[in-house]
Amino acid sequence: MKKRYLVILLVLLSFASLFVGVTNISPLDLFRFSDHQTQIFWQSRVPRLVSILIAGVTLSISGFIMQQLSRNKFVSPTTAGTMDSARFGILVALIVFTSAGPLEKMVIAFIFSLAGTFLFMKVLDRIKMKDPIFIPLVGLMFGNIISSITTFFAYKHDLIQNMSAWLQGDFSMITAGRYEMLYISVPLVVIAYFFADRFTIAGMGEDFAKNLGLNYKQAVNVGLIIVALSTTLVVLTVGLIPFLGLVVPNIVSIYRGDNLKNSLFDTALLGAVFILFCDILGRIIIFPYEIPIGLTVGVIGSGIFIYLLMRRRDYA
Amino acid sequence: MVEVQSISKSYGLKAVVDDVSVNIQKGKITSFIGPNGAGKSTLLSIISRLMSADTGEVLIDGQKVNETKSRDLAKKMAILKQANHLSLRLSVRDLVAFGRFPYSQGKLTKEDHVFIDEALRYMELEDLQDRYLDQLSGGQKQRAFIAMTIAQDTEYILLDEPLNNLDMKHSVQIMKVLRRLADELGKTVLIVIHDINFASVYSDYIVALKDGKVEAQGTVNEIITTLTLKQVYGMDMSIQEINNQKICVYFS
Repeated sequence: MKKRYLVILLVLLSFASLFVGVTNISPLDLFRFSDHQTQIFWQSRVPRLVSILIAGVTLSISGFIMQQLSRNKFVSPTTAGTMDSARFGILVALIVFTSAGPLEKMVIAFIFSLAGTFLFMKVLDRIKMKDPIFIPLVGLMFGNIISSITTFFAYKHDLIQNMSAWLQGDFSMITAGRYEMLYISVPLVVIAYFFADRFTIAGMGEDFAKNLGLNYKQAVNVGLIIVALSTTLVVLTVGLIPFLGLVVPNIVSIYRGDNLKNSLFDTALLGAVFILFCDILGRIIIFPYEIPIGLTVGVIGSGIFIYLLMRRRDYA
Repeated sequence: MVEVQSISKSYGLKAVVDDVSVNIQKGKITSFIGPNGAGKSTLLSIISRLMSADTGEVLIDGQKVNETKSRDLAKKMAILKQANHLSLRLSVRDLVAFGRFPYSQGKLTKEDHVFIDEALRYMELEDLQDRYLDQLSGGQKQRAFIAMTIAQDTEYILLDEPLNNLDMKHSVQIMKVLRRLADELGKTVLIVIHDINFASVYSDYIVALKDGKVEAQGTVNEIITTLTLKQVYGMDMSIQEINNQKICVYFS
């Protein structure tokens, strides 16, 4: 039922996304594009749409996986330091490996975000007080510490401006040739699907997993690698997109439950629709200028986050 | 048969389980009783490989537990720990379906669904199967978890305080199901239980632990005596025979 509406909405929004922008391209021109229009369409509009969809899908699924593995509804790439660690990795790549190509940058950023996420999970193991609100606060603090280290070194090396490009997610810079790295996360989604049951079982606790003969550590590690790699790819190509991995899985959980295998498709769909909506909104509000996606998702997402916190008692 | 051979486990200097040896009979219900901190739950965790012992061996049907593949063991033995405060929103059916994971690795076959249906029927959960766990009462939730271990279709079922937080009606219901599992399906059931009257009425054998050591073990008739219980719990109880069942009256 709901899925059908989401699919229709996704198609409509995708269509709209292709035809919103400074250069006037109307659907009516579709079969008689001028050279300029063709170029804009294939160099900017299509890459933008594709990157939005991939980012929305992977961040939402990453959030879902993290919430299962950490057994906390409010842990996500934003609230566990994953994004900040990835950004720190990018800075290190810029400073230490000045001639690093995009792929090397990705590898270094990935290593950092993975290490950061692991560190957070280790901290989580140590914390005695498993209060659902306390954990993401620790994560946010942890992320801010890493972020301030990043700022410190960026300042020292005169890279502040460079780094702020990665601070705020922004799809307006996406053109053909600058986003293709995101395709790497497509197989990650497939792996996530095949591991879905394992993540859910791991989410029921180590004893529970062991009883069912599941290799708990392996499941957690695979999950964290998927999360760290897909987050890195998004941060590297688009920038920080806060709250997406937090809000979308929580909404899906309310109406579809937490069995990842059942909820994966809905999560992907809703994630794509949500971010697409925010992006189009950002493009329309102060037309012909743009509000970066990080800001629109941040504002709308944090609003929903507060709402979820308030209604937590009702369902979590 | 489960053979526990001189198992010891200590935390720091404190021995929680101290040189325990027990043989557990097939197709029977064996209850582990004893005061708080006697090491009952720890022992159950060691038997089920959730914890490793410092010394000693556990053998299941002659095979060493810690040398058996976890996945193979999951088809032989199911363990349900106390305090299943699950934060995940799962439907009852989905939870029970996870009991089939050792066999299906996530891809449920027709055969798996037969087992799931049977387990749901056995625990009388058919009407509740599409409900989320967080919408259930404590007793229903506990039944759902036990249904999962039934779907796991293991010869050995280990339950750590299955009656925790349940009222009398649900406690009796669960103990009767365990009885049926042993009598009808020939399963071997091991439970940690606090209420000695439930242990007395529904189990075949009782192992009494105290300070990590086996204080006494044997049939219900051998263990439920004023003398033995005094040794285990350090309090006087009068034992009444009602309908051929030994009931301990420990209110003094």
